[in-house]
Amino acid sequence: MTAPVSTTATATAIALGDDALVLSHRLGEWAGHAPVLEEEVALANIALDLLGQARILLSMAGDEDELAYLREERAFRNLQLAEQPNGDFAHTIARQLYFSTYQSLLYGQLTAEDGAFAPLAAKAVKEVAYHQDHAEQWTLRLGDGTAESHERMQRGIDALWRFTGEMFQPVEGLGESDGVNWEALHTSWTESVTSVIEKATLTVPSGPQEGAWAAGAGRQGLHTESFGRMLAEMQHLHRSHPGASW
Amino acid sequence: MATAAEHQTARSAPGGTGADAASTAAYESAFDAAVAADERIEPRDWMPDAYRASLVRQMAQHAHSEIIGMQPEANWITRAPSLRRKAILMAKVQDEAGHGLYLYSAAETLGTGRDELLDKLHSGRQKYSSIFNYPTLTWADVGAIGWLVDGAAITNQVPLCRCSYGPYARAMVRICKEESFHQRQGYESLLALSRGTEAQHAMAQDAVNRWWWPSLMMFGPPDDESSHSEQSMTWKIKRHSNDELRQRFVDICVPQAESLGLTLPDPDLSWNEERGHHDFGAIDWTEFWAVLKGNGPCNEQRITQRKSAHDEGAWVREAAAAFAAKHGEAKA
Repeated sequence: MTAPVSTTATATAIALGDDALVLSHRLGEWAGHAPVLEEEVALANIALDLLGQARILLSMAGDEDELAYLREERAFRNLQLAEQPNGDFAHTIARQLYFSTYQSLLYGQLTAEDGAFAPLAAKAVKEVAYHQDHAEQWTLRLGDGTAESHERMQRGIDALWRFTGEMFQPVEGLGESDGVNWEALHTSWTESVTSVIEKATLTVPSGPQEGAWAAGAGRQGLHTESFGRMLAEMQHLHRSHPGASW
Repeated sequence: MATAAEHQTARSAPGGTGADAASTAAYESAFDAAVAADERIEPRDWMPDAYRASLVRQMAQHAHSEIIGMQPEANWITRAPSLRRKAILMAKVQDEAGHGLYLYSAAETLGTGRDELLDKLHSGRQKYSSIFNYPTLTWADVGAIGWLVDGAAITNQVPLCRCSYGPYARAMVRICKEESFHQRQGYESLLALSRGTEAQHAMAQDAVNRWWWPSLMMFGPPDDESSHSEQSMTWKIKRHSNDELRQRFVDICVPQAESLGLTLPDPDLSWNEERGHHDFGAIDWTEFWAVLKGNGPCNEQRITQRKSAHDEGAWVREAAAAFAAKHGEAKA
């Protein structure tokens, strides 16, 4: 089926909802594999917050389960960053740092105006502040920990950098009337992330913030290869029992 | 009989080591009196070495079960069939990690450490519940685990809320609240399957068929083969025998299975008017001992995953310690 992208608000809800849904799924893959019990709790906690946000957003656009389980890869609008495989703990933390900073700034802006997404943003911004703190604290610990953790953290930061440009391409339907200023978002994001990376004794990547694909690819339904496999796993049971309730 | 305050004074007397035989005997009788009077034993109180060792063994095994028990359920997080069920399952697995943390903390009040306990789990010197050595083969297994496995755990654990050792009893109060929530969610999930399509109903019945007997084994060996039971009951660590609790669980489950519209895989199950209990068939104790000795379907897989998570996370824990040392923080 195709997503009911009938209005710009729906398009926005799907883009932001897919970010949260897909990243939540990736974090869910950590369950039972975290480096320390406290991180089992923390990563599951963040995954649950994001899943909660996804459910609210997707429900604004239609039926949450239809949207999550019955769309094909090309109909998903999440950032490519959100779908990147977990890698090692540093890779996951780098992804969290980039994304939670973005989400924190975006939702912070959305709370300023009385738009359709302000109520969701007001709830989510509190959760995201915690996610951002978690990612920043771990970036510092890994960056400024041992030689090995420093090297791994730098690798994570570098590897994911090319997926960050997409975050500053305007999301369809979100603009000044909602309080969103994409240029200001990019500037604040760069300042925030630079300061954490430098404080963690790491180097801010110098490469372009885009990959081989044009920035904004995920938002247009163009994803990276691991994403199809992720969806196959996520959707297979639901698709095996058409029309069933769970 | 002495008052509670007097027991307290005697039990708290300092200098446990090198105490002479007379004072040891005095501590012992104060301890016995406190247990008999249903008082709580606290970390700084004197306690028999065997009491301490028995509690460490039981609490560690309990904590390990929470941690290993995350695996069979986490196996379905990425495949949960609706976002609501996915959220419930994630929250449950998160709670289990939290229960493990409570229980390791409670065990640490007895002078052991989490690292030491994890090391014993990884090297097979301490055990975890045999139930987690069974695989989760379908989504319905998640519901069956909630209903039967958490149900059996609650039947076992509610009496532990009155256990003589204070920190354990208090941890169990918190854990039982969350467990009963999970148990109801598991039941509700199975109910949705049982009332769903034919394929869903069959999936639910198959899961119950596979999890019923292993759940009954969770209560441990029969009373006449249970090595720790008698002493644990005298110390009021345990309040009821394995067979008593198993009977209670069967009596609870039979009407629940009827409401679910599912059958229990036991042709010998029947109401015994005279006893006022359900009679049930013989448990396959050969299987029980095989699983306990490490030869169940998933024993090796569970420990291997736990060890690899721990080993692959070593550099993260080292980084946190190095950072803390550099920046003068208390070690996490």
